[in-house]
Amino acid sequence: MSEHQIVLNVNGTSHTIEVEARTLLCDALRDGVGLLGTHAACEQGVCGSCTVLLDGTSVRSCLMFAVQGQGAELTTIEGVGSVDALHPVQEALSRHHGLQCGFCTAGVVMAGIELLAEHRSLTRHDIEVALSGNLCRCTGYVGIVDALEELAHRHASEGVSS
Amino acid sequence: MKPSRFDYVAASTVTEALDLLRQHPDARLLAGGQSLVPLMNLRLAQPSVLIDINGIDGLAGMTAKPTGALELGALLRHRHIEGSAVVRTHAPLLASAMALVGYPAIRHRGTLGGIVAHADPSSEIPAALVALGAEVIAQSVAGQRRVGANDFFTGYFSTALMNDEMVIGVILPPQPTVTGHAFVEFAPRHGDYAVVGMAAHLAFDDAGLCTAARLVACGVSDRPVDLSEAAQVALGEPTLGDAAARRLATGVAGMVRPTGDIHATSEDRRELAQLLAVDAIREAFNTTVQEVGR
Repeated sequence: MSEHQIVLNVNGTSHTIEVEARTLLCDALRDGVGLLGTHAACEQGVCGSCTVLLDGTSVRSCLMFAVQGQGAELTTIEGVGSVDALHPVQEALSRHHGLQCGFCTAGVVMAGIELLAEHRSLTRHDIEVALSGNLCRCTGYVGIVDALEELAHRHASEGVSS
Repeated sequence: MKPSRFDYVAASTVTEALDLLRQHPDARLLAGGQSLVPLMNLRLAQPSVLIDINGIDGLAGMTAKPTGALELGALLRHRHIEGSAVVRTHAPLLASAMALVGYPAIRHRGTLGGIVAHADPSSEIPAALVALGAEVIAQSVAGQRRVGANDFFTGYFSTALMNDEMVIGVILPPQPTVTGHAFVEFAPRHGDYAVVGMAAHLAFDDAGLCTAARLVACGVSDRPVDLSEAAQVALGEPTLGDAAARRLATGVAGMVRPTGDIHATSEDRRELAQLLAVDAIREAFNTTVQEVGR
């Protein structure tokens, strides 16, 4: 069965790795590239934990094969912020208690960044609909929506996008 | 769960994909992968060869025909169709239905050809395509044929597509100048599969009276169910009155015999179909769109 040597461009760095054809993109990011921030949970596209940006748009990395990631610019949670310099979405989630165990958080952050970049103004309902593909079993979502709503209001009043 | 082993081949032309499909009878085409890959991860699908068609040029276009028809390429992503000004003008029903498919990250990858070929009876898109009178373009080495959407979907995850054929596009026929549309559904959560969904498509004359009514349900059978016969109560009307709504609901009840499952009983699904039929036709009366320049 086919094995492939591929180059994945992740957060601006190229990584040459060997994968099986069946290797999912999320597993290649974790096991091949060694970036463990992208979490694989349901592996059927429902939970959103594995969300990454592919050429700037959100995708489920459990529903793509690693070989399909060749040539694309991938952004994972490691590429958006660090412990010392949190991304505004991460900072807001932290302040609004938008996470507890943190398993879903990387996916929530990726989806949230995209949502805020795409829209100038967002209602609470817009945020809930857009985030319906990210399951969180701890928070009950209130803190997550609060955090994104605050950022959306800030964007609307400052006229900036993240 | 992880997929079982397979060989991966990327096709760069339709001809190459069709040749590979003929050489490998149990191969599957990989388009957006948003339905196929979950099935592979769960090992409900175990193809020995996966033919990636994402790199084929020319399958992601939209072409307005001189006849007024609109041809959509099989590799158009849901998110593109949902936001397309062309689709929103020509067939806003399809754009509305697309917005209900999965979540943004799913819609970034999922393709029109994929969702058509997958033929999930819960999916909004087959119902919308039947309501619009769309045709599916199937290509094989032997040639091309068009299959009406109402004949294309033949059962649970089953289509009129032959083993050596692939979907290369969908044709939306010319639309009346003034139309109204709605796609309404009952789903536990936005983006989840609909328990029952309903596509309504109305045409109007200059006086604002309904001249044609199409109504198609998903989630009540193994394929889209055409309920247009019951929707004929809308003809000649400027709106859906209460008496007509009752006749519509009664008509729908007589036309659906849903199977019950863990999500809803047969009776619940029938009642949902009745309520959604009325909602869809009412909303379609309120969302009239005049196609510009026609």
